[in-house]
Amino acid sequence: MFLKEYISDIAGAVGSLLKGMRRTGWYFLHREEAITQQYPDNRDNMGLPERFRGEVVMPHNEQNEHRCTGCTACELACPNGTIKVVTKFEVNAEGKRKKAVDRFIYHLELCTMCNLCIEACPTDAIKMAQNFEHSVYDRSRLTKILNRPESRLQEGVE
Amino acid sequence: MWSFAQLADTIHEGLQASLPPAWALAAEMTIVGLSAIGLFAMLGLVLVLMERKVSAFMQIRIGPNRVGPAGLLQSFADTLKLLVKEGITPDGVDKFLFNAAPLVAMIAAMLLLAPIAFARDFQIWDLNIGVLYVSAVSSLNVIAILMAGWSSNNKYSLLGAMRSGAQIVSYELSAGLSVLTIVVLAGSLQVSEIVASQADGWWIFKGHVPALMAFVIFLIAATAETNRAPFDMAEAESELTAGFHTEYSGMKFALFFLAEYINVFIVCAIGATLFLGGWMPLHIGHWEAFNHAMDWIPSSLWFFGKTFFLIFVIMWFRWTFPRLRIDQLLDLEWRYLLPIGMVNILLVTLVAILGWHF
Repeated sequence: MFLKEYISDIAGAVGSLLKGMRRTGWYFLHREEAITQQYPDNRDNMGLPERFRGEVVMPHNEQNEHRCTGCTACELACPNGTIKVVTKFEVNAEGKRKKAVDRFIYHLELCTMCNLCIEACPTDAIKMAQNFEHSVYDRSRLTKILNRPESRLQEGVE
Repeated sequence: MWSFAQLADTIHEGLQASLPPAWALAAEMTIVGLSAIGLFAMLGLVLVLMERKVSAFMQIRIGPNRVGPAGLLQSFADTLKLLVKEGITPDGVDKFLFNAAPLVAMIAAMLLLAPIAFARDFQIWDLNIGVLYVSAVSSLNVIAILMAGWSSNNKYSLLGAMRSGAQIVSYELSAGLSVLTIVVLAGSLQVSEIVASQADGWWIFKGHVPALMAFVIFLIAATAETNRAPFDMAEAESELTAGFHTEYSGMKFALFFLAEYINVFIVCAIGATLFLGGWMPLHIGHWEAFNHAMDWIPSSLWFFGKTFFLIFVIMWFRWTFPRLRIDQLLDLEWRYLLPIGMVNILLVTLVAILGWHF
């Protein structure tokens, strides 16, 4: 009985070791599988993973309109105060005072790319971009205002 | 056909003719020593690059590819870096032992070159107990590691050296037993005779299952004896920083590093000699035409091809398997490899007595 267990132990161990060796051997023979990015050389056609997060951006359409209502949900969701939404009140066509975004201040130097602001946004106003070459000589240049000057809220976004 | 044996004979005759016998012998010894050192330097450069490339491919990376064409000069750059680095001797160490340990490691590795047959009739010293000599001298390596670990006056070094001692002493038994199976089959301890006995087929094919089992045990024990992953308890970066060479830097570290690769080469050369026929080309029984065709490939190519194949297998182990814990390591040896090796040697004796091998 003991001997049977002993031998099946060895057989199982050898089997699992060979399985591992088969995997690495396969990778050894299939060099096109290499995932290394030769970064500065392939700058133009880098294959970044889909979920890579580089920076929070606010997309604008051709009419210089964004989808941010200034609800500050992102500011509340942010764990370390990266986002500061300054709001203002606008009078719309019907003469009602309505809350709108004045300046969407984003501190890239504080951001941990946790994606919580994007998940919190009810109107999909902000997104994660994939650019990552953020180095600058002056730290203040990392503090960005995401809504462009003169931009307006897109029609129909509540 | 051009061969190493002819070259050696030409040099021997030339020196004998032009110098008195004693001086000729001294000159020959110098040449042998210089070639050994040259071989070591070449092996260091080639094997380090090979290890880095093999590991890169197995880990889906590209590996060194910036220095020289396809990164071929990478190990030259590494060597240059190590040469110009400062070799620090810390205050608390035992200076004599600390500085002597890398040299002992290198000398122990160098002594092992003597009985290895690199090509047909090309061997430094064909002594009649070649295999015994190899298993005796290969255990000198542990002395260098213990010296380094003890003299460093550092807990990591000491722990690494002690583990290495336990490991090498244990695995030497398995290595010895698997070497013995081939000695039983070949009926000789002399390296040249063991190679000659494989003229009609290598022992791994001729010796049936016992030879194959002995080969696997030898590979595992060789990996353990050279302190390479998955048996690199002596270094174990994640637990002991760098084990016995924690305090070493610059060229002294490089000597340890080189000694590791030389040892890998030598155990693989021994494995190739015992199980895969050394410089003997692939011969199958009495297929004369096939055997003649195989003889056209130079014997040195056969030897280095087999050795580098085994080195590749050992690198394959290293980049596939996770490191064993020290108790698992000793478990593997004393509960699995040693009993199997002992049963195996009984089997092989049976095979040899009854003449079941081809």
